[in-house]
Amino acid sequence: MRIYAILIYIFLYAPIALIVGFSFNAGKYAMDWQGFSVEWYAKAFSNPLIMEALRTSVFIAFSTALLSAIIGTLTALGLERVSGWLRTAFDALIYVAIMVPGIVIGISTLIAFVSFFDLVNPWLTSAWSIKLEMGAWAVIAAHVLFNIAVVALLVRARLQGMDRSLVEASEDLYATPLGTFRQVVLPLLAPAILAGFLLAFTFSFEDFIIAYFVAGPNTTLPIYVFSSIRRGVTPEINAVGTVVLMTSFALLIVAQLILQRGQKTAR
Amino acid sequence: MRCSGLMAERKLIVPPDDVASMIDTAAGLMELQETIFPGGLVAQDQNVIEFRQVTKRFGTVAAVADNNLSVKAGEFLSILGPSGCGKTTSLRMMAGFEQPTSGEVFIRGQNVTGVPAYRRPVNMVFQHYALFPHLSVADNVSYGLRQRTPRPSASDISKAVDEALAMVRLDGYGKRRSYELSGGQLQRVALARALINRPAVLLLDEPLAALDRKLRRDMQIELQNLQRDVGITFLLVTHDQEEALSMSDRVCVMREGKIVQTGSPRELYDRPVNRYVADFVGKTNFFKGPSTDETLSVRPEMIEIAASVARLPEGLAARVPVKVLNRIFLGEHTEYRVASEALGEFMVMAPRKSEREAGVYDIGDMIAAGWRAESERILPNT
Repeated sequence: MRIYAILIYIFLYAPIALIVGFSFNAGKYAMDWQGFSVEWYAKAFSNPLIMEALRTSVFIAFSTALLSAIIGTLTALGLERVSGWLRTAFDALIYVAIMVPGIVIGISTLIAFVSFFDLVNPWLTSAWSIKLEMGAWAVIAAHVLFNIAVVALLVRARLQGMDRSLVEASEDLYATPLGTFRQVVLPLLAPAILAGFLLAFTFSFEDFIIAYFVAGPNTTLPIYVFSSIRRGVTPEINAVGTVVLMTSFALLIVAQLILQRGQKTAR
Repeated sequence: MRCSGLMAERKLIVPPDDVASMIDTAAGLMELQETIFPGGLVAQDQNVIEFRQVTKRFGTVAAVADNNLSVKAGEFLSILGPSGCGKTTSLRMMAGFEQPTSGEVFIRGQNVTGVPAYRRPVNMVFQHYALFPHLSVADNVSYGLRQRTPRPSASDISKAVDEALAMVRLDGYGKRRSYELSGGQLQRVALARALINRPAVLLLDEPLAALDRKLRRDMQIELQNLQRDVGITFLLVTHDQEEALSMSDRVCVMREGKIVQTGSPRELYDRPVNRYVADFVGKTNFFKGPSTDETLSVRPEMIEIAASVARLPEGLAARVPVKVLNRIFLGEHTEYRVASEALGEFMVMAPRKSEREAGVYDIGDMIAAGWRAESERILPNT
């Protein structure tokens, strides 16, 4: 049994380990080990195309995370107040938003945007001579779509574990509803909101499929990696891949730690 | 002195500047009350809380039905009843967490029906304390003061907190977090957090239920002393009759949303209005009454036992031969379970003193039991 587990883990992680390993290759070819070097990291970070893609990716991921954290938290708080079939329906919709494959979100957002642009662009052009088109903000919109669900799920779990009498205690001690929200509800939800923010950042930062459909002329880091692979895998791409991987890992671990620490103060 | 509005009255409870200097000791607290309410706004016979025909329905179920409860200023009142009798709902309507379906709630003579919890001059100690886990003990205790406008100065707040913590014997615990405290300590923080606001009434929702037996006993005494010292009206909700009887000035027994009887613990024990109260308050024996609607109740400590009917004292209304079924030694007295052919099984509490004179009876012994006419209570079955 144990040997199988080890084999499975090797199967899962060996390719990833190879990429990380070969990103430190001194040689010119991805799979031809010539000795240890961080030269390709230096090359990657001085490549203006990569840096531009990285900036775009960070901008998209940060905006997505911020918007998802705010809207997702409001969604969770709103759902606390509905009951019955309405709540069941919304719950189902939240799970659906997470389960829908990226490619479906990508295609459907693309189609939705295109038809929307066709509708409003003639009008916008005649009025202010501007035109809406695909770009970073379209990626943000598509990413926010499913990351709202991620944040909402985390915040709802936290809300359900929260002792309702804390809210009553705050009201009993003369705090207005807004004061109670600011001084009790928000601090107690903070770990879940922050974890949701980090998860949304990660999911957005590493997403390729959705971005590929709606990014328009903008290039995100995953899109850059994909397009360079057609010219052969270089250690530079390995380096970029390792950076993306490590960023995602770090954020996921931090999010997990925040959630665990939050558990202690939940009641 | 009457205040025109609730908010104005709230502000009067603790004038921020006076807090630190006044709340010196428990005596200081009473002095504070005197200063704030000269001539006694809280006169002894005034009702601090009054329900006028209050009904609360949840769906079709009436949790509280046509209730006219009143809480007198300065007293320690307990609402006693089994779960689901409407006692907690009553408390929540006083705090403002629930609003009555019909009827009116008055606090210090002001109609507060429809007024939300945060604008009512009462404070509550929650069953599981509900201390804010993200705040230190000191920040928990000062929470109420920090909601006031204008906000008291930081030094006034910290002095008031120190004194409130001293009052519940938790000096120096201000910096701790709630998860570092024991059950009894949490309880006292919750008390300090409520009392620092000088509420018109302190509402206590089964505050001792979560404590172990020994601690519960200590806290009962502590609560009682605290109430006498600070002179604040306490309203306790409990299903534990011993707790209600031992701590309160008055007890209000509820059943199915209605008040069955209100009176001093002694009144409830000695003169219960019906079989329900007699059964709920203290231990008692029920025998067949003179009619089908009535029951005869005799408290077990009022029953005398002797080795034979002839040895029973003179002047007893009932004297029957009985068989000892069981005996439990309880220290200050012994509880016998006995059976007679005419009356069935019943319980007798024999004080230690009588045992020294008459001896201890064994299981299976044939003895005699009897009681005086004045020990009998004929109670309606309602």
